[in-house]
Amino acid sequence: MENKITVENLNAWFGSKQVLHEISLGIEKNGITAIIGPSGCGKSTFIRCLNRMHEVVPKAKASGKVLVDDKDIYDSDIDPVDIRRRIGMVFQKPNPFPTMSIQDNVVAGLKLSGIKDKKTLDNITEEILKKSALWDEVKNDLNKSGVSLSGGQQQRLCIARALAVEPEVILFDEPCSALDPISTSKIEDLMLELKEKYTIVIVTHNMQQAARVSDYTAFFLYGKLIEFGETNQIFKKPKEKSTEDYIIGRFG
Amino acid sequence: MKWNKRKLIDKIMYFLTAACVVIAIIPLLSILYTVTISGISAINLDFLIQLPKPVGEAGGGLGNAIQGTFIVVGIACLIGLPVGIFAGVYLSEYGENRFGHFVSFVADVLTGTPSIVAGIFGYTFIVLSFGSFSAIAGGVALSVLMIPIVTRTTEESLKFVPGSIKEASLALGIPKWKTTLYIVLSTARSGILTGVLLSIARISGETAPLLFTSFGNMFWANGLDQPISTMPVQIYTYAITPFPDWHAKAWAGALVLIILILILNIGVRFVTKRKYGM
Amino acid sequence: MGNHSFRDRWMNIPKLSFFSRSKLSGDFIFEAVVGFFALGIIVLAFLLFRELFIESGISKNTFGVSFLTTSTWDPVNEIFGALPFIFGTMVSSFLALLIAVPFSLGIAIYLSELAPEKLKIPLSFIIELLAAIPSVIIGLWGIFILAPFIRDYLAPPLSTYLGFLPLFQGPMYGLSMLTGGVILAIMIIPITSSISREAILTVPIHQREGALALGATGWETIRIAVLPYARSGIFGAVILGFGRAIGETMAVTMVIGNSPRISESLFSPSYTMASVIANEFVEATSKLYISSLIEIGFLLLVISVIVNIAARILVWKLLKVEGGGRA
Repeated sequence: MENKITVENLNAWFGSKQVLHEISLGIEKNGITAIIGPSGCGKSTFIRCLNRMHEVVPKAKASGKVLVDDKDIYDSDIDPVDIRRRIGMVFQKPNPFPTMSIQDNVVAGLKLSGIKDKKTLDNITEEILKKSALWDEVKNDLNKSGVSLSGGQQQRLCIARALAVEPEVILFDEPCSALDPISTSKIEDLMLELKEKYTIVIVTHNMQQAARVSDYTAFFLYGKLIEFGETNQIFKKPKEKSTEDYIIGRFG
Repeated sequence: MKWNKRKLIDKIMYFLTAACVVIAIIPLLSILYTVTISGISAINLDFLIQLPKPVGEAGGGLGNAIQGTFIVVGIACLIGLPVGIFAGVYLSEYGENRFGHFVSFVADVLTGTPSIVAGIFGYTFIVLSFGSFSAIAGGVALSVLMIPIVTRTTEESLKFVPGSIKEASLALGIPKWKTTLYIVLSTARSGILTGVLLSIARISGETAPLLFTSFGNMFWANGLDQPISTMPVQIYTYAITPFPDWHAKAWAGALVLIILILILNIGVRFVTKRKYGM
Repeated sequence: MGNHSFRDRWMNIPKLSFFSRSKLSGDFIFEAVVGFFALGIIVLAFLLFRELFIESGISKNTFGVSFLTTSTWDPVNEIFGALPFIFGTMVSSFLALLIAVPFSLGIAIYLSELAPEKLKIPLSFIIELLAAIPSVIIGLWGIFILAPFIRDYLAPPLSTYLGFLPLFQGPMYGLSMLTGGVILAIMIIPITSSISREAILTVPIHQREGALALGATGWETIRIAVLPYARSGIFGAVILGFGRAIGETMAVTMVIGNSPRISESLFSPSYTMASVIANEFVEATSKLYISSLIEIGFLLLVISVIVNIAARILVWKLLKVEGGGRA
């Protein structure tokens, strides 16, 4: 397994409260890694450390290393803004920009980086929307407001928006928890397609989803990594008792 | 207390409170009615584009006052809008600290500045310094009233933008300042515009700050550093004279001013309606 | 994501951006620029006070504290005392409150609790419309409609039935303290009723339900559950209304008669602090005269600020309880 991201001894705090303890694992390149665990186990905090969104909270701290292609993103000469372009994020509740059209939403990141040429933007919009399996549904309505779409479509729009800035990694923070089953399955199919080109990490409280889409799964409990391994193995033959308890639903 | 008596009191209070509403509306209706009836007869094209004539002569109009109002309000906007909007941006996006809270509180208190005090300020700060009444002094005095309002409405509008929008932008690798300038401001734009339009409507009707700053002028504006006629001041000047002919002009001027302010208020409705269209 | 809202995170971003780059980042510059304008608000407040304070220096030095207690206003002999105007401002504003508060409370209660849903928005819009009308136009209406009305229809009955009170004695020519108080009342009803309404709307539903469950009528629920809870907000609304009344200039100037005499009767003309400045500033011939007027303006500013701060504290407390502070 070739790692895109290697996490070494990651600890995270909110003030004096430690929420992540010595997390070490590797995220496979062009694979889907799922992070599962009960509420409050630190899974969201974990992925926010991967794109340096965690540290923005006052008194939030992180220590340890997060190596992306062997370069530590917490190095002092690294700009967090740059990291966030390379490592994109899709949130639990779809959040397209409300005052922008569908097209403007897709290219928002690009326009703000200075790309203005209309033809380029149009081409990119079509290409990205096709990649996000949204093109056919919206190709005639590109000027309609981003928030006029259904929940599932909005989430795919957010995925498109994240793809447009050409990240290498995409982090999904419980992306389907606000969606209906049909939209959920569309997004899961999309993730399986995307993994060919991108590295994907998904936080989910839905174990069936983790089992369906991911190659590797990490189980977190109380801020610690309890078990990490190939998804098949985790779900069929978990090594740790707490993993097994969680999977069969004893708690969480 | 017997139930019937209680029910009676309940009914009485209902009508009493409703009566309060009705009685409070009567002055409004009376004002609108009087302005319309008394003013409409004097309104014609001449009135809107001519200069005032001396006492006793028929005819003449408030053309210069209308022009002057646009100019002085324009100056106030040039000063007040940037200050108010940028200060509002700071308070909303960077102001969660002692300094920010203090500024917000001060701005809030300043919204209650008596308008005549703004006029005194314009006088001592500009008129005395430059040696004459001027449109600029009037604009400065009006901006003293405008700035706190625009600051607070901008701040409140920006605070309404959901955090998830800002989060989405940051996660795309867009720095905070660009997020604020291009995404947040745009999302809040109808609220901000509403605040701006309402503050313009408010200062357009202000008289006290202009009495000894822009002062007044019987002729067309001939320089921003000169005294200038404005509608509220002209209405006031006409109203307190003993000449019925000029009283009629005061009513007409009042009608024009009210229509102007009404247009601005309706403009606000349009702005908030557009938010839902697209 | 921990206990912190996104808002907390959002506030702290620039600190990191500045240190992680070797050149000045856009974030730092942007925050500095908008912070500069925020500072401008403080500068404005400071300048406002400073200008008025300094320019009232001559008057202060000449009259000292007696300025507040002297009732002589004699431009010819250059003796200036602010008492008549302080009296006029206070009495007219209190009179305005006396009239406006019951109406505002009634309006607030009706529009928040009792009115049919469909009427609530149009009616409150209409009440707000009154606040949008410029003071000079209200004053114009005051001179030609209100003052004659009070003179012909309100004063005679007051004189007949309550004439034994010094309040309602003497001739009434229309332009008077009474008319001034009435017009101020009309002008402060919108703001007093709208903030009272907000105060009433913050009363949680379980308070009302508690009363209703006891079998209270609608009005009784309001009386025992809603009003006591909204008390401080309503009080704040009243004080805000008072603050507006004391600062009001044009409408009052046009109907109050502008005579610097202190009288017991509401029928007599009076003079407010704002009015004397509006009327006499341009004609003030000497430095002392102008300085005295500016000192009155300074007093007006100080009183206004104090009243406003008191009102804001009461109303802010109310909004915080409600859970204000979004995002």
